Amino acid sequence: MFASKASLTSLLLLALGTAALANCGGGAGGKSAEAPSATTGTAAESAPGAGMEVLLCDGQTKTVVPPGTSGTAIAGDLMTQWLRKNPNSSWEAEERERHTLEPSADNDELVGRVNGQTYGSISHQDVALWKTETERVALAGSSVFHDAGALGSTDGVSCDMCHPHAANTHPETYPKFQPQLGRVALLRDMINWCIEHPVRGKAFDADDPKLRALEAYILAQRKGKTLNYGKH
Amino acid sequence: MDREKARRRVGHESIETRHLRERGELFQALKSLDRRSFMKVSAAAFGAAAAQGLLPPHSFQPVSVAHAASPTGTPDTPKFTFAYISDSHLYDRNLNDRFVNQLMRAVDDINAMDPQPDFVLYGGDLAQLGKPVELELGAQILKNIKAPRRMMVGEHDWYFDMGEKWRELFGEPRYSFDHKGVHFVVLNSVIEKDFWTERKMTALERMMTVAGLDNGIQSRFTVGDEQREWLKKDLEKVGKDVPLIVFSHSPLYKLYKAWNFWTDDAEQVQAILGKYKDVTVIHGHTHQLLTNRIGNISFHGMLSTAWPWPYAPEGMPKLTIQMGRPDPFNPHDGIGDGSVQVHADGLVDKIYNLWNRNPVTVTRQYLASNGAKDKPAAPLLASY
Repeated sequence: MFASKASLTSLLLLALGTAALANCGGGAGGKSAEAPSATTGTAAESAPGAGMEVLLCDGQTKTVVPPGTSGTAIAGDLMTQWLRKNPNSSWEAEERERHTLEPSADNDELVGRVNGQTYGSISHQDVALWKTETERVALAGSSVFHDAGALGSTDGVSCDMCHPHAANTHPETYPKFQPQLGRVALLRDMINWCIEHPVRGKAFDADDPKLRALEAYILAQRKGKTLNYGKH
Repeated sequence: MDREKARRRVGHESIETRHLRERGELFQALKSLDRRSFMKVSAAAFGAAAAQGLLPPHSFQPVSVAHAASPTGTPDTPKFTFAYISDSHLYDRNLNDRFVNQLMRAVDDINAMDPQPDFVLYGGDLAQLGKPVELELGAQILKNIKAPRRMMVGEHDWYFDMGEKWRELFGEPRYSFDHKGVHFVVLNSVIEKDFWTERKMTALERMMTVAGLDNGIQSRFTVGDEQREWLKKDLEKVGKDVPLIVFSHSPLYKLYKAWNFWTDDAEQVQAILGKYKDVTVIHGHTHQLLTNRIGNISFHGMLSTAWPWPYAPEGMPKLTIQMGRPDPFNPHDGIGDGSVQVHADGLVDKIYNLWNRNPVTVTRQYLASNGAKDKPAAPLLASY
C-alpha cells in the first residue's frame, strides 16, 4: 500500500513536471517568487485506497485528496496553500493599484524586425518581457519609496511624504552643482542625502538593489520630461 | 599664499552658511548699538520691508509702524485677528522629535504675538497615524497656547479609530460659533466612503492607506449629505449679509484629485455658502500657499509645521502665487504658521508666516480685485 502510494506520487509529479517546472523557474529574482500556475493532473482518476498525495512544483506544498477528485479541485487547493505561504505574490499588481506607475515605452513597432544576433527576430513575447521586467524594477522602487521600513527610516519618514508620485524629484536636472553640498550631485547622491537626513536612515551603497529600484521609479515617474542636466 | 587665495576664490559658501554668517553679522551689529540707534536701525528695516509690500511677521513686529507704512498709505487696522497652526503630523516623540519641535516652535510663535490673537485655529492632522499616543502628545503641546483654541480634524487624526480618541480629547469635529459679528463654521471635510471593509483591512492598514497622499486605493474626501444638511440648518439663523468664515481641512473645491487636494461634494457645499455676501474658506491639508476665489467665496490654504507639499501638477487656481521653492537642506523651510486679519467689512488678509522666508500677505484687495491689485511678490525660484 505504502509503496504504491509513493510510486503514484512520483508518477503524478512526472505528469505535472514539465509544464509546472517551467512556470516555477521563470521570473524569479523579483521581490518575491512568481506565483506558480496551478497545475492540474489526470493521475487522480483511478487512485486506489484512501488518499493520494499531490505535490506542487515548488517541491514543498502538498495536499492529500480522495480518489476521484478533479484536477481543478486539486490545483485550487494547492494554489490556496501556496498563496497563504506567499502573501506578497501579487505585490506588483497591488503596488500598481496603490500608487500607479507611468508606463514604460511601447516597443510594438519593432515586432517582426531583425537586428542581428543580439535580438534575433523580435517577437511580441520579447516586447512584453522587456516591458514587464522594466516596470517590475520601477514598481519595486515605488514600494521602497513609499515604505519607511524598507528605507531603513528611524523617524517614520518615507520619500512619498514630501514627494507624492515622485513629484518635485526632477531627476532630469541631474547631474548639477548642488550649492548646499558645494559639489556636483547625481540623482543617487540626492536620494542618499534624503535617506540620511529627513529619513534618518543609512545611505545605500551605489549598487544596492533598493537604490537602483528607487532611481528606476523616480525616472519612470518623470517620463517625457526633457533631460536638462545642471538646471536649477 | 597664492594657493590659499585661489582656494578662497573657488571655495563655495552654501546658502545656509551665507545666511548664518549674515545673521551673525546683523546680531553682532545690533549688540554694539545703544537703544536710540537700535530704534533707528529697526525702523529702517521695517521701512524696507513695508516698501516691498511685506507685513512683518508677528514674532518681531511693531504693528503700528508697519501699518503706517502700508502700501496704501492709510492706517489699516483689522477688527480682530486670529492665528492658525496646522498639519503637524506628530509621531510618538520617541520616534520623531523633529515634528514635535516644529509644533512647539509654532506654539511659541503664537504665544509671542503682541497683541494676542482672539483665538487660535488648529487646522487638522495633528497626528500622523491617528494613534492615541500621537493625539495625546499633540493635545499636551497645544495646551501651552495662551489664547483660546479651536480644533479642526484632519484625515490623519481620524482613520485609525474613526475619530474616537480625537473626539474624546477635543469634542465634536463640526460646530459653529459667532465672534465679533462674524459667523464661524468648522467642518469635518475628510469623510471617505468605506474602502476598507471589502479589503479586510486592519485599523492600521486603513490609516496607512489614507495617510499616503498618493495612495489611490482610498476614496475621495467629502463633507457628506448629513453634514451639508446640518450646515444648511446652522446657516438658517444667520443673516445673508453676515460675514462667514468656514474652516475645512481639505480645500472646499476641486484642485487635484489624485492627492485629495479635493472635496468630492465641493459644488454642493459652495452652493450653500454662495448665498452669503462675504465668505472665506480657510483650509489645511495642502501644506503650501494656496489662493483661490470662486464666485464670492475666497479660499486660503494654511502652512504645515511638518513639511511642504509640492504644488499639484495640474489644476492650479489662477490667483495662487506660489511660495518660493523650499530648500530641502533646511528642515524649517517652506513651513510655518500664520494669522488671519478680519476687517470691519468681513473680508480678511491672510498672513503666511514662513519660518525661513519673508512673510507673505494675501490681501482682501488682491482677491476682491480678482488679482488686479496688491499682487504678492512672485517667488525667485518657481517649483519644477
